[in-house]
Amino acid sequence: METLIIVKACIILTVFAVSLGIAAYETYFERVIAAFIQDRVGPDRAGPFGLLQPLADAGKLFFKEDFIPTLADKNLFVMGPALAMLFALMSSAVIPFGDVISVKGQLIDVQGIDVNIGILWIFGVVSLGVYGILIGGWASNNKYSLYGAIRAASQTISYELAMGITLISVIVMSGTLSLKGIVKDQHGIDWNIFYQPIGFLLFVTCSLAECNRTPFDLPESENELVAGYHTEYGSMKLGLYLFSEYVNMFIASCVISCLYLGGFNYPGMDTVQAFMIGKFGPVSGLNIATGLGILVMLMKAFFFIFCFIWIRWTLPRFKYEHLMSLAWKWMLPIALVNLFVVCLAELSGKPLLTNWIGFAVVLGLYMFLGPILSRKLNVQAK
Amino acid sequence: MQLTNRAKKTDKSDLSMLEHTYWPGVFKGMGITLKHFFSKKATIKYPEEKRYLGPVFRGHHILKRDDQGRERCTACGLCAVACPAEAISMVAAERVKGEEKFYREEKYAASYEVNMLRCIFCGLCEEACPKEAIYLRHDKFVPVFTSRDGVIYGKDQLVEDMGDRYLRDAWTKEEMQEMWNKQK
Repeated sequence: METLIIVKACIILTVFAVSLGIAAYETYFERVIAAFIQDRVGPDRAGPFGLLQPLADAGKLFFKEDFIPTLADKNLFVMGPALAMLFALMSSAVIPFGDVISVKGQLIDVQGIDVNIGILWIFGVVSLGVYGILIGGWASNNKYSLYGAIRAASQTISYELAMGITLISVIVMSGTLSLKGIVKDQHGIDWNIFYQPIGFLLFVTCSLAECNRTPFDLPESENELVAGYHTEYGSMKLGLYLFSEYVNMFIASCVISCLYLGGFNYPGMDTVQAFMIGKFGPVSGLNIATGLGILVMLMKAFFFIFCFIWIRWTLPRFKYEHLMSLAWKWMLPIALVNLFVVCLAELSGKPLLTNWIGFAVVLGLYMFLGPILSRKLNVQAK
Repeated sequence: MQLTNRAKKTDKSDLSMLEHTYWPGVFKGMGITLKHFFSKKATIKYPEEKRYLGPVFRGHHILKRDDQGRERCTACGLCAVACPAEAISMVAAERVKGEEKFYREEKYAASYEVNMLRCIFCGLCEEACPKEAIYLRHDKFVPVFTSRDGVIYGKDQLVEDMGDRYLRDAWTKEEMQEMWNKQK
């Protein structure tokens, strides 16, 4: 029991430190990737390859004047960034970074805690995250901040619908809400992305919107709202807001890779595990195999972080009405159809085949009926 | 009215169903940015790397010597007259017997000073000089000053070192023009 508590404490601390560290280096990679995309070299002065840049940034933010506007609501103004950061970090508790490690004869999950409502926890905490933005925007006593906050709230609500329904289609397949269960269900290369490519695309798009990343960064659109909800913020309070966005991005990448790309699963993992156990004995062999799994998981997460940054420096921001019409008129119906097809596929007993046939049938129906329907609608509109 | 035929006609027809999902546009854009991700970077990392500024860039002053290592300057004072910032001052002296290998003409500049705080690097001294003695180097900057000591450069800092002669592709604006024409 004692070993369990100590090892768990170590794991929780590591997860905490790693998500903070990765979030810090995301700011560096964001700038380097942005620079590379724009044919520049990016920050390269602080340390070798500019690797100390995040430290320099944090140092700068800490030493700036900590300013609170006179008419702002002081308590809420301080609470905003704190909440944003808190909720961003809380969601990493249930993400399974690896399978199990064996310490002193006990098998311990490489995960903060394996609750049976894991994905619901993430979903709940991520939706709470908008409170940080909302409170900060409201407390600033500035109309642009408030606009940004309101936009953040309505955007999060709209995209949570499509996200939730897409999530249900994953849960239908795996039959569990535990993230570990969902990952275990995708053993080897049996990943959910092959069953639900449409769901994957929907989920990635919704994650972008939930993280307030471009092309959905309406809450801070600098050319309309000055800087949106953090207009009045400076010093490390602003730093916490920006930082929580990066933590959210890391968590979102982890969740996507858990739900659709099989988390720590990789093709041939059983062979590797058997080989390691044969070579290094049952304890260290298992631990090495789990370590490989953790690496695979982190690589998948990094790939999505790269994609998020890549998307940010490619796509322009949506107009607000486009954002809303995309969420309600396109993504929600597509998510519902996706759920329908996935349910049918699960009932049919041959999920992979039926899924693809189902999507083909729906697409065909839409190609055939779409023009007719839209013509009718146009006639009515005229 | 059409002035050129370069204008491209905008396609304003309705979006197809595929285009309505934004995916083709998104992937096309992502392909373009990915191509740039791997392309050669345009940055010149300045203090370590320097770009060639062309043969007639106006930098640090130099008093040229001729092929036998004699100073070309004859202290005529035309550069000082031409200088709009009045940065140049000199004292002339007469060459005595035995100094022929140091000075080309019978008169020479015993001291020649350029006040680098006054100099505006216009290059009029270079144009005024009848003896092709003073030039502004294209490859060396006058450093930034943080104090008033040592802003007046004397002959020790200005006269050409025969071991490390100053050369450039074009000495006059006409030669430069010729070079450009050749390049075209």
